[in-house]
Amino acid sequence: MTANPASRWTLRVLGLGYVLLLLLVPLGFIFYKTFEHGIAPPLDAITSPDGLHALKLTLLTVAIAVPLNTVFGIACAILLVRHSFRGNFLIDAAINLPFAISPIVIGLSLFLLYGTTGWFEPGLAEAGIKVLFSVPGMVLACIFVSLPFVVRETVPVLQEIGTEQEQAASTLGADAWQTFWRVTLPAIRWGVAYGVVLTTARVLGEFGAVSVVSGSISGQTQTLPLFVEKQYENFNLPGAFGASVLLALLALTTLLAMNFLKRKEDA
Amino acid sequence: MGISVEGANKRFGDFQALNEVSIEVPNGSLTALLGPSGSGKSTLLRAIAGLETLDSGRVAIDGEDVGAKPAQKREVGFVFQHYAAFKHMTVYENVGFGLKIRKWNKRRISQRVHELLDLVQLPGLADRYPSQLSGGQRQRMALARALAVEPQVLLLDEPFGALDAKVRKDLRTWLRNLHDEMHVTTIFVTHDQEEAMDVAGQLVVMNEGRVEQSGSAEQLYEHPANEFVMSFVGEVNRLGDHFVRPHDMEVVLDPDERTQEGLVQRIVTLGFEVRVELVLSDGTEVWAQLTRAELQRLELREGQIAYLRPVQAKSFNGSSPSTHGASTPRGTNDGGDAGVPAAV
Repeated sequence: MTANPASRWTLRVLGLGYVLLLLLVPLGFIFYKTFEHGIAPPLDAITSPDGLHALKLTLLTVAIAVPLNTVFGIACAILLVRHSFRGNFLIDAAINLPFAISPIVIGLSLFLLYGTTGWFEPGLAEAGIKVLFSVPGMVLACIFVSLPFVVRETVPVLQEIGTEQEQAASTLGADAWQTFWRVTLPAIRWGVAYGVVLTTARVLGEFGAVSVVSGSISGQTQTLPLFVEKQYENFNLPGAFGASVLLALLALTTLLAMNFLKRKEDA
Repeated sequence: MGISVEGANKRFGDFQALNEVSIEVPNGSLTALLGPSGSGKSTLLRAIAGLETLDSGRVAIDGEDVGAKPAQKREVGFVFQHYAAFKHMTVYENVGFGLKIRKWNKRRISQRVHELLDLVQLPGLADRYPSQLSGGQRQRMALARALAVEPQVLLLDEPFGALDAKVRKDLRTWLRNLHDEMHVTTIFVTHDQEEAMDVAGQLVVMNEGRVEQSGSAEQLYEHPANEFVMSFVGEVNRLGDHFVRPHDMEVVLDPDERTQEGLVQRIVTLGFEVRVELVLSDGTEVWAQLTRAELQRLELREGQIAYLRPVQAKSFNGSSPSTHGASTPRGTNDGGDAGVPAAV
């Protein structure tokens, strides 16, 4: 198929056209609309107290959810690949649930569980911990929706590297912990890194689940995506566009940072 | 440090990988575990290293039961068929890995690593990554890595299996020389009988999870305990209940009471050696190994009738193997003349 130049070109045009039309044009349009009247209007919106608060809150959820899901993801991948046990496949399937279930449903389930009639409410209220309409609930929602990425990216890499390097390390005197840090982790690092980038992007952009549990209170429980929506509803288009561009840039930076690190290492 | 394994059993699901295996490996020896794939030889080696746990049985290194010791405490050097190189580390870091784990200081590590790289003939490649080395170089690096920590025993799992024929031959000569210098007790696994005989002083032949026989190459070849060993350590023809090595098949042109008639099907000249393939009257296909001079003297041609006289045959009926020296004094005649092959 690839030998035929005509079909090769058709494929290229189709592929590029698809990406261009469906991805790049809408994104480009946002950038265009944002800076249509100069840099001042979007900048004002973002640097407003509510805008800054939304940015801070978004980064906070990233700072909590991403490390947690990274550690859990690596541990879970090792469990799935290196230790076969009964019920393995159940965990494997359960990991995919956040992909399969709509974020709104996830938000709703958290809402019911931690709400006034939920199972966890009495104990938490006694301890003075407020989950709904506050940061803990939003972090929980973000962890839930972004849980599969690191596991999914790490599992195939772990399978591919096999166990021989780890066994070699153990015959050379390394204990399990040393083997993990010096042999396994370096060998799977790009799988993990890719998972981290995807997790970060997901947490940055999460809307559905977070909007249900947070109540989207300006200046209190609003992340950037919620801020975008509120600005849009209030007909503050420069604000909505500005925050959107900021979100896109944050995600892009993560992606570029990984590519940069990888390129630097390969050189 | 001698190694002894007693009554080792290991089962993977329905597959019995080791079945009551016992071996003794003397201190300082170079021993080959020889057998076809699935014979349990790698499992046995891995059990000695602590990479596999036995269902039952005992592994002792230098008289000490190491059953409860994990791999990292057994002080064994292990070399894998596919090198198991740490891909993200340079050759230097690979070889120095065990020393770093043992918290040697940088200067001592550097000294030791360069010593070893000289030993395995890889000087100047310290800063390369494994992906920049050839297969043979990678395996020598893996060997240096295993030797760096001065292991009590060195275990090699089909170390040359992934290499091409020429490199393989060089490396096995090199391994033998290395062993002569270092005298570290070494076990290596192979399915190649020629490699085993070339390198090892002692061989352990395994099949279907059991040890069939152990001994020197000569003992195994001359006095195989059973049919399997006989056919695994060399070429063999089967004549009824008897087994004859092709070089123990004499080809003559005049029949007598001990010969069998055969039709010459093919004559293959392999340099000095000539392979003559014959079909007997009962349809059995056999071959005889002759020298070129013998062939020329006989003036054999394909399609002609010739007569075979087994010089030395073995049969494994009953409990002990018997050897029949039919016509030459070098055959030891310990089984009586009951079943002279010509009578088949």
